[in-house]
Amino acid sequence: MDHLIDNILFAIVLFAGVSFFILNVKKLVRNIKLGKSVNRYDNSKARWKNMALIALGQQKMVRRPVAGILHIFVYVGFIIINIEVLEIIIDGLFNTHRVFSFLGTLYNFLIGSFEILAFLVIVAVVVFWIRRNIVRLQRFWKPEMKGWPKNDGNIILYFEMVLMTLFLTMNAADYAIQHGHFTENHHYAIAGAFPISSYISNLFSTMNYGSLVIIERVCWWLHIVGILVFLNYLYYSKHLHILLAFPNTYFANLEPKGKFTNVEAVTNEVKLMMDPDADPFATSEDEGEPEKFGASDVTDLNWVQLLNSYTCTECGRCTSECPANQTGKALSPRKIMMDTRDRLEEVGNSINKNNGEFVDDGKTLLNDYISKEEIWACTSCNACVEACPVNIDPLSIITEMRRYLVMEESAAPTELNNMMTNIENNGAPWPYNQMDRLNWKEEA
Amino acid sequence: MSNNTLYVPTMAELMASGKTPEVLFWVGCAGSFDDRAKKITKAFVKILNNANINFAVLGTEESCTGDPAKRAGNEFLFQMQAMTNIEVLNAYEVKKVVTTCPHCFNTLKNEYPSLGGNYEVVHHTQFLNDLLKEGKLTVEGGTYKGKKITFHDPCYLGRANNVYEAPRLLIQKLEAELIEMKNCKQKGLCCGAGGSQMFKESEKGTKDINVERTEQALETKPEIIAAGCPFCNTMLTDGVKAKEKEDTVKVYDIAELISNANNL
Ligand code: SF4
Ligand code: SF4
Repeated sequence: MDHLIDNILFAIVLFAGVSFFILNVKKLVRNIKLGKSVNRYDNSKARWKNMALIALGQQKMVRRPVAGILHIFVYVGFIIINIEVLEIIIDGLFNTHRVFSFLGTLYNFLIGSFEILAFLVIVAVVVFWIRRNIVRLQRFWKPEMKGWPKNDGNIILYFEMVLMTLFLTMNAADYAIQHGHFTENHHYAIAGAFPISSYISNLFSTMNYGSLVIIERVCWWLHIVGILVFLNYLYYSKHLHILLAFPNTYFANLEPKGKFTNVEAVTNEVKLMMDPDADPFATSEDEGEPEKFGASDVTDLNWVQLLNSYTCTECGRCTSECPANQTGKALSPRKIMMDTRDRLEEVGNSINKNNGEFVDDGKTLLNDYISKEEIWACTSCNACVEACPVNIDPLSIITEMRRYLVMEESAAPTELNNMMTNIENNGAPWPYNQMDRLNWKEEA
Repeated sequence: MSNNTLYVPTMAELMASGKTPEVLFWVGCAGSFDDRAKKITKAFVKILNNANINFAVLGTEESCTGDPAKRAGNEFLFQMQAMTNIEVLNAYEVKKVVTTCPHCFNTLKNEYPSLGGNYEVVHHTQFLNDLLKEGKLTVEGGTYKGKKITFHDPCYLGRANNVYEAPRLLIQKLEAELIEMKNCKQKGLCCGAGGSQMFKESEKGTKDINVERTEQALETKPEIIAAGCPFCNTMLTDGVKAKEKEDTVKVYDIAELISNANNL
């Protein structure tokens, strides 16, 4: 009968963990949908391919081989070991033990490979921790990495270490029971291969059946509860990328990186200005409010840009390739993404508190989070976009903010205003006369 | 070097005599007005003349593509420029455009089509490769044989449009020794001019981007830094001066290297 209590308890924990996660996913989707529409549903073949290569295949991660290969350990480890979670859930709900063990050799192979992967995950995570905290790789110590982002990075590593250790310890106790010839054992049949935990089980060689069962059960419970906690930690963490990398690479821009969008509302107005015969009412008829140009807040960005912000894993590959950042300017493309997410969360929280309505808090992404100085330091070189392992596009956000500053606020730096006046008057960014454009031909 | 007079017909002139050129050479603002960049323009024209290419320029009918305005965020000004240029280009029924400026290249190729300007647009390094293939151009190795040349990838040619090989193939034709910088191709560092930075002071920082990039180039111990963009050319030339290396290291556009090698 006490099994039944265990099973019911497990069902409750599982239900709570999964429901909370679903609530967070709903919030996430709602926040992303605050963005403007943009069509990224075309060319699904190329999109699936991108997702397969970049998210699943980790294509861009291995450009930095050390981090890339270690990351593959952790990533494959996590995905594969999650097959084990399925077994844990069934066992937990139905009071079975190692329910898949009927698979025989295949089962042994699976458990054996989970163990090796778990071990590799621990190795990789330790190296990651050392790179962050002892070697202090520069990209993890930029100004935007203080406080929560820094702790977040470490918490994830601790989580993974603990989860993998629990998994291996659980197996070690199980192994000790399986091979311990305990007369009272009816529950733990011989199943699985334990290439790593069989070594750990040496520590348990003197223990009796009761203690071993307690160790096995405690590890089992902590492991599954840990996984559920981790699942719900994602929403608050840069670790969300393990889920969002997939949609993010799918919906990423497929055009050449140099191609900036042409703002349609502008096209309509420019056409009107250039064509004296155009019907001035043809386009402006149904528009109530005139469209706002560019972006000053998260709701002016498109939903892919917002998805980008949640996907960003704060790895800093973008920032370490950014020419402005390398030469000491305030701009950091990673910070652009982190600020966008923070502001989006702030807007989302306001909606939660105010019955589904955003109440203006007098703040905006531009100025309150991202300064003009950052925006104007960008050379639009696309190094950040190229470097990002999950195809995030910080440059597109910077461009939208420049558009806002120039077209809504006329707040470009003076020299740029001069440049633009020159283009307007002379058709060149410098004060030369258009009629002199061919003079070079005569010059010796 | 011989100093033949350049033959530079304009679209208007050709049209008047009932002719159509194979290709329009889009000179660009830098190529038209900047003293350093004008040399690149002339070097490219010499190659075109020498290969008897039937080309034309717009001359005084050309106007800024709008690229600097667009990168600065002024979509109105960009689209005004674009539509004005497209009217002119379409009136001449232009099919193919070649340009020595990657910014013009990118804008004409990628951003004009949805505004009604559809042309085949190539960068001059691609165009010269085509001439080589068609046998219209041969490159003499002589002058640069064995010289150490490093190539700086312009952002708007490389990352922005994935053109990495065309300029390198030409350098190899010169029988020069192409030495790559640590950060090249996809990882090439910007010269610092893009995104309208050319036209303003840079923000507060610890270093100028062009100096950083020049240092990376100098690490390869080159005799020549090759560029494929008039703006990169200026930035790197300034960088070499800042490092006081202008006597030993020269900055040249690929078109200049070829025109020099061929004694044009
Ligand atoms: S595009 Fe702008 S933000 Fe991105 S790397 Fe280049 S300078 Fe930095
Ligand atoms: S934008 Fe991409 S490269 Fe930059 S920190 Fe985020 S995940 Fe890393």
